Formats: sequence, C-alpha cells, structure tokens
Amino acid sequence: MINKNITNAVALTLLWIAAVSTVAILSTVILYVVLNGIGELSPKFIFTWPEGVAAEGGIWPTIVSTMYVTALAMLIVTPIAILAAVYLAEYAVQGRLVAIIRFAADTLASVPSIVMGLFGLALFVEAAGIGFSMLSAALALSFLMLPIVMRATEEAIRSVPKYIRWGSYGLGATKWQTVSRSVLPAAMPRIITGIILSTGRAVGETAVVIYTMGQAINLPLSPLDSGRPMTVHLYLLAMEGINLPAAYGTALLLMILILGFNLGARYFLHRNRKA
Amino acid sequence: MPYSAAPLPDSGPNKIEVTGLDFYYGDFHALTDITVVIREKAVTAFIGPSGCGKSTFIRCFNRMNDLIPGARAEGLIALDGQDVYAPDVDPVDLRRRIGMIFQQPNPFPMSIYDNVAFGPRLQGVKKKVELDEVVQTSLERANLWKETKDILGRNGLALSGGQQQRLCIARVLAVEPEVMLMDEPCSAIDPTSVQKIEDLMAELKDRITIVIVTHNMQQAARVSDFTAFFLQEEAGEAAVLVEYDRTAHIFTSPTDRRTEDYITGRFG
Repeated sequence: MINKNITNAVALTLLWIAAVSTVAILSTVILYVVLNGIGELSPKFIFTWPEGVAAEGGIWPTIVSTMYVTALAMLIVTPIAILAAVYLAEYAVQGRLVAIIRFAADTLASVPSIVMGLFGLALFVEAAGIGFSMLSAALALSFLMLPIVMRATEEAIRSVPKYIRWGSYGLGATKWQTVSRSVLPAAMPRIITGIILSTGRAVGETAVVIYTMGQAINLPLSPLDSGRPMTVHLYLLAMEGINLPAAYGTALLLMILILGFNLGARYFLHRNRKA
Repeated sequence: MPYSAAPLPDSGPNKIEVTGLDFYYGDFHALTDITVVIREKAVTAFIGPSGCGKSTFIRCFNRMNDLIPGARAEGLIALDGQDVYAPDVDPVDLRRRIGMIFQQPNPFPMSIYDNVAFGPRLQGVKKKVELDEVVQTSLERANLWKETKDILGRNGLALSGGQQQRLCIARVLAVEPEVMLMDEPCSAIDPTSVQKIEDLMAELKDRITIVIVTHNMQQAARVSDFTAFFLQEEAGEAAVLVEYDRTAHIFTSPTDRRTEDYITGRFG
C-alpha cells in the first residue's frame, strides 16, 4: 500500500516538474527577449532604414525582405504542394511507390536547413545564374516548405470523411468534381493551417536565406533584387556586436510575427471546428 | 432456399428489376441469387439483421459499390429495362437518376444554399435565377424551406441532425432523381425528426420511387408498401432474400418461418 502511494507521488512530482520546466523555459526565453527588445519597438524602428555603421534607426527594408521572400515562397509552394497531395491522396495507386514518395517527403522536411541553403546557393544563385535574390531565396525556401505543406494537405484530404465523398458521388459527380468541389473545400481549413504554419517557419528561417538572398540592405522590388531578411539582420547585428538593442528589437518583432502566424493557424482550425 | 420472383398481388409498373444477382467483396460472397422487383412510385423497404447485405444490395442500384476496390456484382439489375452494369452506362449519369441518402447526414461544409445547388451546378446550371428556384423548390419538397429560407447562407453543418438529413434529401431532390435510395436514413437522428422524414417519404412517393434500408421493423411497417427480408443464415455465408411481398402481408402473415421468427423478435 505504502509503496504504491509513494510511487504515485513520485510519478506525479516528476510529471509536474517536467510540465513546469517546459513552461518556465519558454517564458524565460520570451521574457528575456521582450525585456531586452521592448525598448526598441517604435514606429520609427519598424518603418525607417538602418543608418550609419552601427545600424541605428529602423529595420524596415529587412521586414520587407522577409515578407517578400515568404510570400514568394508561399506562391511557389502552395499550388505544387496541393496538386501533389491531391495526386498522392486521391489518384495514385496506394503501394510501394507512394510509400516511398511519402518517406522522401518526410526526409526532405528534416534535411538541415543549412544544407538546403548550400544547395540553393549552388543551384539557383550560381548554376541557374539567378544570383543573390528574392527568387533564389524563395526557391530554396520552397524546398523546405514543400514537404511540410504537402504532407499537411495530404493528411487534411485523407481526414475528409468518406460520407462527404459518397454524398458527392451520389449526386452524380465525377471523381474530379468530387475532389475539387467537395473534398478540397472540406479540407481547406486544415490546408490553410498547414500553409500558415510552414509560412511561420519560413519567416524564422535563417540558414537558407543567408546563402541565397545576400546581405545588402535593399528594399526589394523585383524578385531578382537581393536583400537582407530580418533573421540575417539579427544575426549580423548580434554576432558582430554592432547594435545589440536593435538585435533584440528585431528578435522581438520576429517572435511577434511568428506568434501572429500561429494564432492565425489556430483561428482557421477553430473556425473549422465551429462550423 | 432463395426466393424466386413470384408475381406480386398487385402489378404496378416496375422501376427496377433485379435478376439472379450475386455480389462479392474480393473473395467474400456477400449476396447470392437475389431476384426482386422495385415498384415505381412506391416505397420498398429492405429489412433484416445487421450484416445481411441490405446496404450492399441497394448500393448496387446506383453502382456506389464501384467505389470499393475488389467489389463485384454478377447478374442483372435493370432500371426501366436497361442493365445498369452495361458497358455503355456511365455510373455518373446513373447516380443522377438514382439519388442516395446515407445513414450519417452528410451535408457538405458549405452554405445551405450551396449544398442544394451542388447537384445542379455539377450539371452546369450557372444562372442565379434558375439556381434560386431549384434551391427553393427542393427545400420546399424536403419540408425544410420554412426553417431555412432566412438562413440560406449559413453553413449546412450548423443545422440539427434531423434538419441536416432533410437538407441532404433536398440536395438529392435538386437533381430530380427518379429513384431515391435511403440507407438507414433515420438511425442517426432524433425521434421527432424521424417522424418528419417518414411523413416526407409518404409525400415524395407520388413522384419518385423510394427504396429504404432499415433496422427498424416498425418503421418499415409504417412507411413502406413492399418489404423484402434479407438474411445471412451462417456467418461467412452469402445472404439471401428470404421473402418479398406487400408490407401488410409480410407483417401479418409471412409465408416463411424465418421471416416470422425475425419480425416477432425471435432473433436479429
């Protein structure tokens, strides 16, 4: 009896400690960045250019670069990922080949991002001659996002209840009509959630873009313009000790952006459940 | 001993004629030698214990079983005299003529309006006036118009279970089918809604032929004109059609001992 109670108490304590440490670590990081960065945040910091050797002033071009490359990568990834997922989930004969494709996608998703950066440098920047640019970076990023969005989309399609498909076929829909008019709309909230989450990852990605976008502080207009994303700006400011407060300000802004993406994803899922 | 197609006491026109149908899921022989006629503009009920192949059987009528890998039917099913499994029959066209209601109400996650307009849109109807009209008519025929006319833009999933099922009926009616198959349409909804759907069936049979699979013998007795009793006598064996007759006859003086045992609650 006593033994059982003691085991129980010990287990509970361990679980409690684990849970509390997780929350504590997370809040420490957030608190640290917030405390150090909050003083920097101002409209001026967000909307003006860095000035002088110490990068005083704002980080506007880096925010634009990050948004630009993320949006571009998303435009590249979304159609390909959705078409591939539809094929895998609905049309491909389920067997070895499909299992191999899935395994390859999962492996691709776990390739270290610096390897993908190096690959992007070799293929897009140099071999294809696109140079350091939004396009090179977006293409390299899309390699990273593609498997994530594709697998999320595939899961979303698979989780559409068979009753929905039956309803559609039962009304005289062809396979493509069923897929495009009832399965995809039913899966859309979860697909969008997957896209948003992978976008959040792209915003925070450093290793890939450092090799492919360049470092020059530009306001990119064409996809062939180079630029400096927030993460690289943060890296340079901090590593070279140029301007630590601005580095923390950038870090805080990045965290807010990514939090925004995560909340957006939650909102879509929640709206889906309520419906 | 399979049932043979004896003429029924009254002879209205036949809508569907099934002759010597065998059905297989891969190696499993699910139904054997089924012969039955479905009368036009009447309600025919298929009853029998779980797993006796009733649902499998009605899914042959509109070839929904084609969607299941390894499923195969042998024998003849004729709709208005034409073999539905003939090579020149497109199952997509067939399913427009034979609509289907499922056990689980399955509105699409879109507005009530879009749910009902789904079928007509598949067929290329685009004009808003036409769609408006077919949506209203179909919802009226499904006795759902009064409840939904002010909330047509709301998601179909926001309706109650019984309303969802009537929405699915409206969705099927919108493509003007000749036959409506109902696979246990009331087993997942509340009793008040069951009443509404049974009333609806009585109204609809003036215009269309209805086949309903049900576990509920009282329901079969209430709604149907003809009843077929299916039975799988041994696990793993193919199910047979034991008896088929006017509903009143099946429930008052069944010919077969096994039918009597079933409807008096001795098994199943």
